Amino acid sequence: MPDYLLTTSPQMAKRHARHSRFQWYGRIAIGISISFMLLMFAAIFARGTGAFQKTMIAVDVEFTESVIDPNGSRAEMDLKQGNYKPLILSGLQKVVPGVTERKDRNNLYKLVSGGAAFDLGERVAANPDMIGTNQRVWIAASSEVDLYVKGKVDVESDEAIRRLKDQDIAWINMLQDEGRVKKKFNRVFFTSGDSRAPEMAGILSAALGSFFSLLVCFLIAFPLGILTAVYLEEYAKKNRLTNLIEVNINNLAAVPSIVFGLLGLAVFLNFFNLPRSTPLVGGMVLALMTLPTIIIASRSILRSIPQSTRDAAMGLGASKTQTTFHHVVPLAMPGMLTGTILGMARALGETAPLLMIGMVAFIVDIPKGVTDVATSLPVQIFLWADSPEKGFVELTSAAIIVLLVFLILMNLFAVYLRRRLERRW
Amino acid sequence: MFKKILLCGFVAFGVAACGNGGDNTSETSVAKVEAAPSASGRDQIKIVGSSTVYPFATTVAENFGRSTSFKTPIVESTGSGGGLKLFCSGLGDNYPDITNASRRIKSSEVELCAENGINDIVEVKVGYDGIVVANSTKSDRMELTLRELYLALAKDVPDGKGGLKPNDYINWSDINPALKDTKIEIMGPPPTSGTRDAFVELAMEGGCQTFDWIKALKKTDKNTYKAICHAFREDDGFIEAGENDNLIVRKLNANPNALGIFGFGFLDQNGDSVQGSVIDDTLPTFENISDGSYPVSRSLYFYVKKDMIGTVPGIAEYLTEFTSVRASGQDGYLSEKGLIPMNAEEHAQWQSQVRAQKTLSLN
Repeated sequence: MPDYLLTTSPQMAKRHARHSRFQWYGRIAIGISISFMLLMFAAIFARGTGAFQKTMIAVDVEFTESVIDPNGSRAEMDLKQGNYKPLILSGLQKVVPGVTERKDRNNLYKLVSGGAAFDLGERVAANPDMIGTNQRVWIAASSEVDLYVKGKVDVESDEAIRRLKDQDIAWINMLQDEGRVKKKFNRVFFTSGDSRAPEMAGILSAALGSFFSLLVCFLIAFPLGILTAVYLEEYAKKNRLTNLIEVNINNLAAVPSIVFGLLGLAVFLNFFNLPRSTPLVGGMVLALMTLPTIIIASRSILRSIPQSTRDAAMGLGASKTQTTFHHVVPLAMPGMLTGTILGMARALGETAPLLMIGMVAFIVDIPKGVTDVATSLPVQIFLWADSPEKGFVELTSAAIIVLLVFLILMNLFAVYLRRRLERRW
Repeated sequence: MFKKILLCGFVAFGVAACGNGGDNTSETSVAKVEAAPSASGRDQIKIVGSSTVYPFATTVAENFGRSTSFKTPIVESTGSGGGLKLFCSGLGDNYPDITNASRRIKSSEVELCAENGINDIVEVKVGYDGIVVANSTKSDRMELTLRELYLALAKDVPDGKGGLKPNDYINWSDINPALKDTKIEIMGPPPTSGTRDAFVELAMEGGCQTFDWIKALKKTDKNTYKAICHAFREDDGFIEAGENDNLIVRKLNANPNALGIFGFGFLDQNGDSVQGSVIDDTLPTFENISDGSYPVSRSLYFYVKKDMIGTVPGIAEYLTEFTSVRASGQDGYLSEKGLIPMNAEEHAQWQSQVRAQKTLSLN
């Protein structure tokens, strides 16, 4: 054997070095991306997980009939609108003695959420037998108290610049000593709509808004996208017109989403007079936005189906339509569904087009259908991130977690479909 | 396996087919909704407008929704100008009933409204808002005059010889030796923001007019006057920080030398991390803004279409709630959210004016 094959020449060493160097570049690149991702997740989770719990205060409430329902009508609306504030206040005063002055009473009442009285009203309306009894009820603490109990208030700082004063903290400690303060699972966050008070705000209306929008988006974009792709790929002749259409579709996929919002405003709202701020219009705009993505993905899937499949079907006497719908489309369907789901996942994260059609709004009521006004998850995140109250910092991150969970679920579903149904040739 | 794929395909097509069915139903429901308004009208108040008034309008809307049998109004944050444009573009169910504004309506906007058949507008004053120039509590509180603020922010500054020179002030001490020796770094809202408009009008022009020859220009050459007083410097002395005031507050914490421009509400909520600078010897406090002694403060309004009161249920009640003492009064719940209320006398005057649904007339 010649010598030069056994000894490593300097050239050889160089090549090996280049090889391993390149591998290291790749690993470093992956490492950097992963660490950024972990950093993002860590930041969001560190801030957001607190919001899944909220502070509740136990108050012994005397449900006095003369205060709640002076007429004795027991009508639902009267019970809901009864004056519950003095009842809660006197319950608190029993635990914190010596609070008599008006200003102090107001401060004491601020320990509980501004929505607590409405909440009690709903409980009483649901169960009128409570009237006349004395019960210990857990009511939501105000956002400031919540932040304090979670250790997010710097008690060492100057009292003048703190929203929670020393006296308030002393009262909370008094309540805590009696075991009247505890953190509970934040059910409101998952069961209610937006609110200006962080402790009363929830994600449900936004999540449902997103759901209805995506439903409309899917129902429009999926059939249209698939039919367009199948026609263009399997039936249409290659000529100037189809070339033009193809170029346009590719261009549309790259158009910024706000443009679709403007289009929606001009066409759906101003021309067709569809109702503003509704998931119906939102879904239609999002459908316009995802259509090009679906068409492009579906066409590339159809193109990847081997010609032999078509030839074999044709050879056995199938018609063009039979070939397409019995063989080509079923084989391409998993890929097309995957493309659709990925397109919809992008639509789930959009705010810009929704801005133009009025879905960026303060909406408390839970939408029940596609024509009820609604916002969407990313819009809710945007609105909360812009709110001055400190409690919303936590909620913003919690809403991001919810959005991420939805995105991950959708992407996992796409992966599952691909794994489960994909065929290799 | 192949059967499964086929099945999947058919299921997908089934969904697609349902899609058409689903679409039909949604269309019919649209038809129903569209048919309904012409008969009985929309049953939910629509509000658009200023992002500064948004926190107050939403708070009132929420309380109103909870404490009455009416639906909670929808509040969109579109900015004052955008809100008035939407508001004035037509009368009826498809247009907002109320628009919030962090400035008074302009005569051009009243004309636009009139062109579209909106002749009777009820004006409601919400209260006041102060614009603060704040820095992190980690450094000392700044004491500025409007003149110093203008000199720190303007594109061109007077050169002392009756002319202008490009702004070459790098440190605060270059403007006034008594100020601290750190770099001028001010973060503020972009030109699209109402806060920026108000800041330009109140602070920049206020500082600008302390130079007599510029003040004289206002009468003789308005365009030059505007060019001098309204232009912000384009170097790194002034940083446009986007519409999100929370972001400015956070950036101030990261950079104790920087100053930020934002609404009083954010200072009120974040008093533990940022402090408002003294301007013309006045601290931005609740009292100083409401009595008008703090120079950079403005009035907040909202506008209502009189014709829609009674058509859309709840508007009159919403107005009552908004103008009630428990909402916008001295110790009302809006003051918790950072609104600076009018004094009792002015509040009562506006309250009775709104109750009577007095229509707007600009003079």
